[in-house]
Amino acid sequence: MLQLIVRGLEDFGRYLLLLRRSFTGFLRFRLYWNLWTHESIQIGRDSLFLVAIISFFVGAVTTVQTAYQIISPFIPKSTIGAIVSTSAILELAPTITSLVLAGRIGSNIASQIGSMRVSEQIDALEVMGINSATYLILPRLFGALVFFPVLVIYACVIIHAGGIVAGAFTGAVNPTQFGIGARSFYEDFQIIFMLIKAITFGFIISTVSAYQGYYVKGGALEVGAASTRAVVISCLMILVADYVLAQLLL
Amino acid sequence: MSLLRIEHISKWFGQTQVLHDISFVFEPGRVNMIIGPSGCGKTVLLKCIVGLIIPEKGRVFFGDLDFLQAAPPQRRAVLQNLGMLFQSSALFDSMTVGENVAFPLRVFTQKSEKEIQDRVAYCLERVGLAGTQTKYPAELSGGMKRRVGLARAIALNPQYLFCDEPNSGLDPLTARRIDALIQELTEEFHTTTIVVTHDLKSVMDMGQKILFLYNGHAEWQGSKQEMLHSFDALPPNLQAFLQASGLTQ
Repeated sequence: MLQLIVRGLEDFGRYLLLLRRSFTGFLRFRLYWNLWTHESIQIGRDSLFLVAIISFFVGAVTTVQTAYQIISPFIPKSTIGAIVSTSAILELAPTITSLVLAGRIGSNIASQIGSMRVSEQIDALEVMGINSATYLILPRLFGALVFFPVLVIYACVIIHAGGIVAGAFTGAVNPTQFGIGARSFYEDFQIIFMLIKAITFGFIISTVSAYQGYYVKGGALEVGAASTRAVVISCLMILVADYVLAQLLL
Repeated sequence: MSLLRIEHISKWFGQTQVLHDISFVFEPGRVNMIIGPSGCGKTVLLKCIVGLIIPEKGRVFFGDLDFLQAAPPQRRAVLQNLGMLFQSSALFDSMTVGENVAFPLRVFTQKSEKEIQDRVAYCLERVGLAGTQTKYPAELSGGMKRRVGLARAIALNPQYLFCDEPNSGLDPLTARRIDALIQELTEEFHTTTIVVTHDLKSVMDMGQKILFLYNGHAEWQGSKQEMLHSFDALPPNLQAFLQASGLTQ
């Protein structure tokens, strides 16, 4: 147990050092700009379809299940809209989207960087005098910081759409009632809270996954293991951060 | 041409010492070989010289600069004067051959796109791969990848060229072509070339100054002629290494 704690602390220390290193030794802005656009496309555009599908069904299922639990005739139907909308903004859109993206983007980052490590491409960068941490991590980090909030807003809109469609389709709540409910509990701070979560989770996924890939030793097997570790640790960290943020900000 | 020398390099991995107090002066403008059996510490020594592995003891001098102790800008200046061919070629998978060779030019020079493309074409032609700019590394054979690696290594016209097992895993004909190419490039660009290998045919092809490692110790150093003509005076491990290769028969 003690050994596990020591190893965890060592890992955390190395993670912080790698983060610090990734903010030093800049070369040409254009080099990072090209990488950033490439990573942004991977993180943003390539995730749109997956996020849309998942968000639509999350919205639909939440609406149907909320309607199922509200059996009293004294509770107005618009409450369903209020519950689904608030849940979507505060929890479902940022957290579910980030958990899904941890699997898609986190494993991708870890395996890309890990493959570069085992095939000596990172050594090649270092021998050229290029800070490999800055070159590999920073564009991915900024890609995540910019596009996670965008994807979360997109997910939030589609969760609402899924809720409205499912409500209308099952007769649980019509779109007007859903809209009235959604607006009744809305506060601007909820959106700020959602964006804070999105940025935090984007930071966790991109840096934890990059760290796992950067320090891979061995071959293809270890790259696969690092990729799995990146997803598992990112998901755990997201859940911990989710709780901490809720406790601190709500 | 700045002299490259290493002094008292020692390296441990955990409790295991892999390099024991190694000193050597590399001959400028020539092909220097670090030879020895597998696992003797050749690649570790090479990586210590270029700073990829930091030795616990010892110093590496590029000219008068103590490379391992130098400030990052000075280290970067040395590294930009250095080309390296990796055992796995280490080409960037996501880039085409042309982009791989152009990469150091784009990062470190102010050349126009036309000048970069001209230089890329020249380097690729020099290694016998003219017209392959648009191919991806995955489309190349092992020997072609090594040659692209060499083209990238010489793109900035470096003073020092490091080659880690440049012909391992290649057929004999391709291996000899790579050897010949390294020798030609050394002569053409007047680079100080350091080649790590356990292939004694390569030593015969291009070796000029030789360092023999055995179990992390520098057991012998000298010229190829000394190695071949004073066989009885060589340390027993080197004699056995030469005999095993069949070159002494």
